[in-house]
Amino acid sequence: MVDIANNLKRKPLVELVGLHVDFEQHNVLRDISFQVNRGETLAVIGESGCGKTVLLKAIIGLLTPTRGQVVFDGRDLSQLTERELTRQRTRFGFVFQQAALFDSLTVAQNVAFPLREHTRKTTDEVRRIVVDRLAEVGLPESVLGKKPAELSGGMRKRVGLARAMAMNPEIILYDEPTTGLDPIMSDVINELILNTRRQHPATAVVVTHDMRTAQKVADRIVMLYPLARLREDQPQIIYNGPPGEIDAAADPRVSQFVRGEARERLMEMRGQNGGTE
Amino acid sequence: MASASDKSSRNVSGLSSRAAWMATEWIADLGALVVDWITELGNISLFAARTARWLVTRLPRRDTLLPSFYQIGVLSLPVVALTGTFIGMVLVVQTYVQFRMLNLETRLGAVINMSLVRELGPVLAATMLAGRVGSSMAAELGTMRVTEQIDALTSMGANPIHYLVVPRFLACLLLIPALTIMADFMGVAGAFFYAVWLLDIDWHHYLVNSQRFVGNFDVFAGVFKSLFFGTAIALIGCHRGFHCDPGAEGVGRAATTAFVASFVVILLLNLLLGIMLDGIYYTLWPEAPKIL
Repeated sequence: MVDIANNLKRKPLVELVGLHVDFEQHNVLRDISFQVNRGETLAVIGESGCGKTVLLKAIIGLLTPTRGQVVFDGRDLSQLTERELTRQRTRFGFVFQQAALFDSLTVAQNVAFPLREHTRKTTDEVRRIVVDRLAEVGLPESVLGKKPAELSGGMRKRVGLARAMAMNPEIILYDEPTTGLDPIMSDVINELILNTRRQHPATAVVVTHDMRTAQKVADRIVMLYPLARLREDQPQIIYNGPPGEIDAAADPRVSQFVRGEARERLMEMRGQNGGTE
Repeated sequence: MASASDKSSRNVSGLSSRAAWMATEWIADLGALVVDWITELGNISLFAARTARWLVTRLPRRDTLLPSFYQIGVLSLPVVALTGTFIGMVLVVQTYVQFRMLNLETRLGAVINMSLVRELGPVLAATMLAGRVGSSMAAELGTMRVTEQIDALTSMGANPIHYLVVPRFLACLLLIPALTIMADFMGVAGAFFYAVWLLDIDWHHYLVNSQRFVGNFDVFAGVFKSLFFGTAIALIGCHRGFHCDPGAEGVGRAATTAFVASFVVILLLNLLLGIMLDGIYYTLWPEAPKIL
């Protein structure tokens, strides 16, 4: 029995097998395969438009891949009925890039939404959880009655994080958690991600192009490269390893991204302009 | 000379090939448009089927339903009542002179009330609802789509059709009959007020004629048609919002196309249902006088 339990634990929570996502004529992801192990925080990095968000949406089944499989806890998402998929989604928490809070509801109603949808908790219990979750992200009770439009960008992100945590998910997906925030608030969010991990040991996938976030929170980094800049035979994943080794990566595309060097890209752009002029 | 005729024949062949090219382009455009329409019709049918499935499996909670009912029913009342009143009055203004020349002004009640309960009441109530509610639903759901709120709903294991479409659909379907009756009533009252108080038409004969020519079936026909209009407004508005293109432009376009499409569908349904209801009427009462 112990062996079976250990085996289950060792099995990856999310497994992507040969994932392809195409939008009409436009290919976004090609032959993506990697695993997310239980308890691990994986950062997916890459420049804008390389398909990071699409990858995240495919993991939770918001997007159906053109080809390939997303296996969550041993089950292929495409084989699930709508009802089963809905049940599986309650095991996820998704932190959206722009928070995606419901404008028509208050902060308290937003955080309480999944609880009211899926549990039979009383109003008092729900309120207690909402207050706890908001406290965890450093928001006072005074925001409970506010509408999302009355909050700043950083506060909205934190409410989004509190809402994603409401159901104590097994896996949290963060879509660009620090984009559009000032450096201090970015670091606050990074700390919150780490704090969340300490308080609720969950698996996490963090999609970001912020190297500080990736290096601070991740156990492992996967780097994607935009398909438009690749040849047919080149793999889209150009790095898959620990954050400590990414600085010394042999691939110049990885090290340029890590150091934020645009020199080659600028030369390329100049070359293109020269060609068209 | 030979070279000139060569040139002109080349010109003619150039023209004809150009005409052929334009015709091909035109046919291709038309074909693409037809394909788009059919695809859209298929999409909206699937959308309707999914909504219908949720209607029979599980209804949304009361606190999800009530805001939609308030927004769609209660807040539409003033504008619908106002439209009804003015249309009733303007009908009297436009028809009075003609009927007066024939000394038939007491028959105004029959003509006006008949057109109000059978046609203008339901169609105008539906048009106002399409403008006020249909386009706002498209804009609201479109914004939710663009700002990922619909994805957020799905990611939390809530079905967007169940949570967003069913309440709006139910509110439109169940409250449009009430709004139609309101438009009918205010139109009838407005016309009566204008005819009797301002034009001094004998009220007794005005009412007796109305009663003789306008029956329960006519009121029923108007209300029955409104159910279809309500269904069309809700489905088109929600569908446009759900399939909104990104950005402010996309949301704007969704709102406009929702209104235009609902309006066209309302007019089309009105004609088809009018023919059908007339058929039913003459089947039930074959001895009733016919126009033709």
